[in-house]
Amino acid sequence: MKILVCVSKAPDTTTKIAFNADGTALNKDGVQYIMNPYDEWYALVRALELKEAAGGSVTIINVGPKENDTVIRKGLAIGADNAVRINSNGGSAMYIAKQIAEYAKGESFDVVITGKETIDENRSEVGAMLAEFLDMPFISYASKMDVAGNTATIDRDIEGGTETVEVDTPFVLSAAKGLAEQRIPNMRGIMMAKRKPLNVVEAVAFDDLVVPVHYELPPAKSAVKLVDPENMDELVRLLHEEAKAL
Amino acid sequence: MQDTLVKSDVLKGGEYLIKPSKPEDTFIPEQINEEQQMIKETVKDYVYNEIVPKVLRLEKQEEGLSVELLRKGADLGLLGSHMPEIYGGMEMDTNTNTLICETLGPAGGFTVSFAAHTGIGMLPILYFGSEDQKAKYLPGLISGELQASYCLTEPSSGSDALAAKTRADLSEDGTHYILNGQKMWISNAGFADIFIVFAQVDGDKFTGFIVEKGLDGLTLGAEELKLGIKSSSTRQVFLENVKVPKENVLGEIGKGHLIAFNVLNIGRFKLCALSLGGAKASATTGIQYANERKQFKQPIANFGAIKYKIAQQAIRLFASESALYRVSNLIQEKNKEEMAKGASFAEAKLIAAEEYAIECALLKISGSEALDYVVDETLQIHGGMGYSEEGTAARAYRDSRINRIYEGTNEINRLLSVNMLLKKAMKGQLDIVGPAWAVQKELSSMPSFDKLEGAYAEETKAVEDFKKLILMVAGGAAKMQMDGKLDLRDEQEIIMNVSDMLLDLLEAESTLLRVQRLAEMDTKFDQDVYDAILKTFITDVTAKMNKNATDALVSFVEGDLLRTFLMGVKRFTKYTPTNVKAARRKIANTMIEANEYCF
Ligand SMILES: Cc1cc2nc3c(=O)[nH]c(=O)nc-3n(C[C@H](O)[C@H](O)[C@H](O)COP(=O)(O)OP(=O)(O)OC[C@H]3O[C@@H](n4cnc5c(N)ncnc54)[C@H](O)[C@@H]3O)c2cc1C
Repeated sequence: MKILVCVSKAPDTTTKIAFNADGTALNKDGVQYIMNPYDEWYALVRALELKEAAGGSVTIINVGPKENDTVIRKGLAIGADNAVRINSNGGSAMYIAKQIAEYAKGESFDVVITGKETIDENRSEVGAMLAEFLDMPFISYASKMDVAGNTATIDRDIEGGTETVEVDTPFVLSAAKGLAEQRIPNMRGIMMAKRKPLNVVEAVAFDDLVVPVHYELPPAKSAVKLVDPENMDELVRLLHEEAKAL
Repeated sequence: MQDTLVKSDVLKGGEYLIKPSKPEDTFIPEQINEEQQMIKETVKDYVYNEIVPKVLRLEKQEEGLSVELLRKGADLGLLGSHMPEIYGGMEMDTNTNTLICETLGPAGGFTVSFAAHTGIGMLPILYFGSEDQKAKYLPGLISGELQASYCLTEPSSGSDALAAKTRADLSEDGTHYILNGQKMWISNAGFADIFIVFAQVDGDKFTGFIVEKGLDGLTLGAEELKLGIKSSSTRQVFLENVKVPKENVLGEIGKGHLIAFNVLNIGRFKLCALSLGGAKASATTGIQYANERKQFKQPIANFGAIKYKIAQQAIRLFASESALYRVSNLIQEKNKEEMAKGASFAEAKLIAAEEYAIECALLKISGSEALDYVVDETLQIHGGMGYSEEGTAARAYRDSRINRIYEGTNEINRLLSVNMLLKKAMKGQLDIVGPAWAVQKELSSMPSFDKLEGAYAEETKAVEDFKKLILMVAGGAAKMQMDGKLDLRDEQEIIMNVSDMLLDLLEAESTLLRVQRLAEMDTKFDQDVYDAILKTFITDVTAKMNKNATDALVSFVEGDLLRTFLMGVKRFTKYTPTNVKAARRKIANTMIEANEYCF
């Protein structure tokens, strides 16, 4: 099975988020980047498991500048066979999907996996758009996937329950928690990573249709009040009078 | 950039005392590359996701848990990162291995199991094992299938390890050695499959043996009840007519001391790395508590007395770490040099660690004492909560204490560092007589009053002066010894003074080189903060140097000569003190803002 996993980078979860002066972009000063956890922990690891069980290859792809190579090599260290970076400064979800589709078109992947969302902007859009560009079926929020022959059986998280669907390859899937378990790259993987191919491809021209105009932080939370567990009356009073929740 | 810098010749062991170094000659932790960063992340993941959540279970010595976690480490490739590929190792370079050790530091008592296995347990076989022994044991030790322990200490021989009483006598048919004796304080004994045992063949030839678990007559004592590192197994090992096949003699008969001492060199070095990693994590808990805890309507981190502690923790860790990575790089360079000359992987490792035995002994003292300082002040920052077993400060405090005792007590390491230095000098491997003589001559000339110019000129001069001061004191003592007026063996107090000065110099110079190097790099913080660390440290060391030199000199010189020497002390400790209060506040505020140890 030939699998493509789309990986993006995201600010480390402990980053103190700040925006630039006019609020049009993230202030990148001092921000540490990691591989988007949905891509790393679930999408990539499930792809590797499928390859380990049935053979094939796992390619990871990222649309972004050279700095992203660090995150890409982590994917190679975890076990992907090779990587592609589409050289670009990034753009909207549609721009990213278009770039990946252009590359994937000629490669006949059986399965294309993305994370269900990127933890910074939570757009959940790339997978669906990619499926559209590639003219493939799209299954979102997959928390379990088994493949037998050309058919995959997939559990999807839905509000309050699970839906199970079947789909034939090729298809696009977005990975949610549960699809696999995080793998820590081992020493051998890390040492092998630099010997694996990382091909850089130039982006195709594409005009973005959506442009972010403004970002804003949520209002600061007020201080937490601790109430003694014995003092239920006080809790009720606070919920009623101050929080106005009761 | 690297290619355009002209590196000096690699310093030999002990040579830092008499030769200058350039910033380019050192390695600083800020230089780690992408691959090393990834390795660090993996080790962190292992520590914080696998070990730390299980600390309480480990402390109760839950059956099989330590071994399970060591095997998880093996799956990640961590048990063999320093071992040859043919046995399943990774052959990673020294700096990377130092980084791995340091990152393991926060794993508490488990680090003792880890270090006993990968260090004193495994290295004797790598260094001195025959090809057959290596092929038989190393793959299992690296894959985690086998666990190792190292049995040197006995009830009546600790620091005086070579006085071991355990005997080994050849069996009548000449196929076995029969071992009889008692080993004490053996880490990993509870679950070890392999025991590296030292015994006296025929009662007087100190020799190493590989002893396998399960042999008749090999039994274990109960788990020791210890002050700290409770998760680490420590037991006595009894040997009663244990028949060990002749093939399991390790190295040559009567050459066991080579194994014992050589393994300890790198063990001491690694102990420093582990201590510093643990200390950074401990400092972080203190800073976080100081930010959260409010008294007198404000976070206690606002108080100068608390800021002082936080800054001082940072300064000591930064200095010790600078020395650790500098020496790490020296060992690495020496390693490469030996390999290039045709040495095998194991030989090169052995020779490189031996070359820097003095530095390794000093680093052991440095790391363990920095850790003790940090856990003590972290507990203090926690107030009453620090004294409670509910937090982590109390455990860290208890766990720290062992580091000043094993791998050679800090007293023994202080003695060793000076004795090895003097021995090198006597053998002509290290010329301290020439430089000491030059200092004597300088003392009879007028001091120069030239104004120092350029960045770090004052600190560079201070470090040069520290070297002169040590040469003056040590040279003076050596001369008296040669004239038969002093026997240093009876003057441990003086040796302690000199070894403290040697360590202070190693740290001060390494810190200077690191800060100079940082000035040329894109760094996380403004150079001001690094300068504050350097200047405060040099100010502190200047005062310590003055005291140690004075204490030593008044102990063995008198009259006019003493007066001349004391003028020398004054001349060589002239560094203009920095405003330490302002500098410490700057350092502390940086850590308080980051809410962690951040350098
Ligand atoms: C938890 C733990 C784990 C250990 N693990 C191992 C292990 O795995 N394998 C192993 O072989 N050993 C192990 N040890 C033993 C350890 O290495 C020794 O305890 C240590 O070397 C000190 O020896 P000792 O306890 O006999 O103290 P002693 O040698 O009796 O020392 C007592 C005091 O006297 C001082 N002293 C001794 N000689 C001199 C001297 N010449 N000059 C000045 N001062 C001196 C010492 O510095 C110390 O302060 C372990 C010990 C502990 C507590």
